[in-house]
Amino acid sequence: MSIDLSQFHAVFFEESFEGLELMEAALLDLDVGNPDSEQINAIFRAAHSIKGGSGTFGFVQVAEFTHILETLLDKVRDGEQAIDADGIELFLQSVDCLRGLLEALQSKQDPDMQRANELAGVFQAVLDGASYADSANLVKANSITGQLLAPEITESAADNVADDAATDDGISEEPSYGTSRQQVGFNIYFKPHVDMLKGGNDPVRMLRELATLGEIKTTVDSAELPLLEALVPDNCYLSWTIELLTSCKIDDVEEVFEWVEDECQLSITPILQDASALVSNQPQDQQNNPQASPSAALGQRLVMPSGPLPGLDDLLLPSPMVDSSTETVTDPVKDSVKAPVKDPVKTKATKVESSSIRVGIDKVDSLINLVGELVITQSMLGQMGSARDSITEEHIGNLREGLVQLEQNTRELQDSVMRIRMLPISFTFNRLPRMVRDISIQLGKKVQLEVSGESTELDKTVMEKISDPMVHLIRNALDHGIEMPAQRIAAGKPEMGTIVLKAFHQGGSIVIEMSDDGGGIDTERLLAKARKNGLVAESEQLTQEQKLELLFTPGLSTVEQVSDLSGRGVGMDVVRRNIQELNGSVEVSSEMGVGSAFRIRLPLTLAILDGQLVTVADQTYIFPLVSISESLQIDGAKVNNLAGGSDVYSLRDEYIPILRLDRLFSLREENGVLDGSLLVVVESEGQKIGVVVDELLAQQQVVIKSLEENYTRVVGVSGATILGDGTVAMIVDPIGLSSLAGNDIAAAKQMTDAAA
Amino acid sequence: MSIAEQEDAKDVAKQTAALVDHSTTHDFEDQRQYLTFLMQDEEYGVDILNVQEIRGWGNVSPIPNAPDYVSGVINLRGAIVPVIDLRVLFQLADANYDENTVVIVLKVSTERVNRIMGVVVDAVSDVFTLSSNDRQSPPSVNQSVSHEFIEGLTEVKGKMVILLDSERLLHLESNV
Repeated sequence: MSIDLSQFHAVFFEESFEGLELMEAALLDLDVGNPDSEQINAIFRAAHSIKGGSGTFGFVQVAEFTHILETLLDKVRDGEQAIDADGIELFLQSVDCLRGLLEALQSKQDPDMQRANELAGVFQAVLDGASYADSANLVKANSITGQLLAPEITESAADNVADDAATDDGISEEPSYGTSRQQVGFNIYFKPHVDMLKGGNDPVRMLRELATLGEIKTTVDSAELPLLEALVPDNCYLSWTIELLTSCKIDDVEEVFEWVEDECQLSITPILQDASALVSNQPQDQQNNPQASPSAALGQRLVMPSGPLPGLDDLLLPSPMVDSSTETVTDPVKDSVKAPVKDPVKTKATKVESSSIRVGIDKVDSLINLVGELVITQSMLGQMGSARDSITEEHIGNLREGLVQLEQNTRELQDSVMRIRMLPISFTFNRLPRMVRDISIQLGKKVQLEVSGESTELDKTVMEKISDPMVHLIRNALDHGIEMPAQRIAAGKPEMGTIVLKAFHQGGSIVIEMSDDGGGIDTERLLAKARKNGLVAESEQLTQEQKLELLFTPGLSTVEQVSDLSGRGVGMDVVRRNIQELNGSVEVSSEMGVGSAFRIRLPLTLAILDGQLVTVADQTYIFPLVSISESLQIDGAKVNNLAGGSDVYSLRDEYIPILRLDRLFSLREENGVLDGSLLVVVESEGQKIGVVVDELLAQQQVVIKSLEENYTRVVGVSGATILGDGTVAMIVDPIGLSSLAGNDIAAAKQMTDAAA
Repeated sequence: MSIAEQEDAKDVAKQTAALVDHSTTHDFEDQRQYLTFLMQDEEYGVDILNVQEIRGWGNVSPIPNAPDYVSGVINLRGAIVPVIDLRVLFQLADANYDENTVVIVLKVSTERVNRIMGVVVDAVSDVFTLSSNDRQSPPSVNQSVSHEFIEGLTEVKGKMVILLDSERLLHLESNV
């Protein structure tokens, strides 16, 4: 019976995240000395629409927080409040915080309001006349460095921290807390009007709905119930008093009665635990009046004094704690020390992938045009087919013409449909300036990020999967690449380090280049490490490229480099694997003292692949073109047999293992002669392998279809496609092939062992 | 009326609803249509609601390293559909392909997945309607592979028909 507002939630979240991005970008661009009013307006507008939207959808926490942000921004806009670097930092943090709140709400979790309350307190302090720096110090002290509070902290702000800590302490076991921390439920008096039932509203349903919110105790007042002969069956004579024990917000309760508001007497009063004289304010007041002076807000929140208030020093000194109650207080602080860049809310929330994309109207229009043309062509062909008179030369000519047109329509339509999934890479790039800024500040380095080619378009799925590896590469560059300012000056470089990010199309793929002018990769140290780990034999001599390749070797953990930024999470081997899973490749070049560059090459889309068609045992297989480094005819003299039966081919200065597709795929019994047959050399995880095939056919684009949908994953095959003649062909997965061959080799080894 | 009375009323409503539900599903369950097909002169049947279509045999591409009863995959109007040879799976003597050999495309939809799979059989035979009373459970002495796919036995026109469980057939590769 209630309109499902949640259908609009997706749009709200999408727009809000867009708004946040806008805010972030504008804040980063903002020139502190001479703020551009247009930019401030843009920030203000974004905050304003988030506030409006969240209010509409009942996300009170967000609305409240944005309101105070907006108030401050309004003052900045009117020139009443100045803005400085600390202020920008503060606003950026609030953007993070809002994002965290929205993400939590999006994944239907209760947002963690701790950070928001902290920031709101700080903003309030600023509004009350404190400077950004003072308030920002507080935030920094609280979340980043864990230092002692600077003595000049304004009292109200300091109180706020204590307040937050205290409430946090008190309810640390409680999973949800929003504005209504102190309340444990509601007393609801519900008296429907006599004719409410006639409107199709059923009180029982509301009671049931209430019961889903928590524990309910209902008492019904049937005093008005008339005698049976006077009773009108569709009149409602009952009224209820309900005690609802719940952690829900008042909004949730109000929502239950949303549609009968005008048809009943309703009063909802919160039940407060340990209600003290301080807490006479109802939560509604708090909502309507989020700007209440800090001391009032303090009063509202300070209702659960479960123990003595821990002193400020205890809270903020990272000294060992004995008292368990203070321990819980310091935990969030510790956490934020570890991961200052990420909002704690973010790490907790299970990430919801947005499943919709925004498509430019021009793309849709072009699609509609194309479909129109297709329909015309179809009707033209249809007319020809139904022509009664005998088929003449002319008919055939027309038919051919029609077919050519159809082919062209189809191709254009395919292109257009593919383009719908394409988004400009700025979706990924936009996140990076902020990251670079935060990390460089944290590390005490000066770094600027230069981005070009943001409008280069890329398939959405590819984009989602490339974002993590890119973040990793940038972090690496910041942490290990760019040197400290002093070092840079000593090396005769500008103090400001530069990371250049470039994206462009090249052939059928997109290339993303990331280069820095830092210290470069110390290949000797890499090599030493690899030797120590036994990955490279002492006697082995490596070329510069081979040494750089070591960077991608799994297990080569450069432990002494572990830091907050890049010692954790994915390693370079994972970066490479992620990229290879997308049928892409990554190359690295580096020069000591000058810098390093990574070059990622990706297919434009995952749905279509440039393939090399080959035949083996009368079956057609497809190799991804990107994985093929060359194809050659085997010269029998260069084939060597290793113990255990596997063959290697000497290709220029290296030996590559020869794999036989027919054997790996169990296609036929006999083994053909290697001499003279064709070898496709593919690259898989940095290693070259040669695959023997019977015949090389054409190169063509193929549409990738999933095998898993109706069958299951097959090792050595990444998918299937349908060829022009309607048959199905398997797409070979070089990485899977080598693992298949690995088994083969292992088996062969065992056999030789057993024989010996 | 107290809350307890309300609860009572609710319960009654629930029970009635359950009764109604039961009777309706019962009607459906009673009568089921089966498509029968032949393999080595034995007649097998599958629930016709699981049959999407029947195709001629042909154009099957092998899947690398698949079990021998998996013939390969076919292109079913753009979808890649695996085909299993029931005669190989049931270890019937010879599985030759002639002009009668057909692929019955079965489709099973569960809450999570829709699965489509083709099964190769000698020939399609008949469609008949069966009520649940006519169905016997299979004898439990048999321990062969095929046994687990048998839903029951029945007799049509004096001839035994083996009823197969499509759902189990379609999920069999997860057991492999």
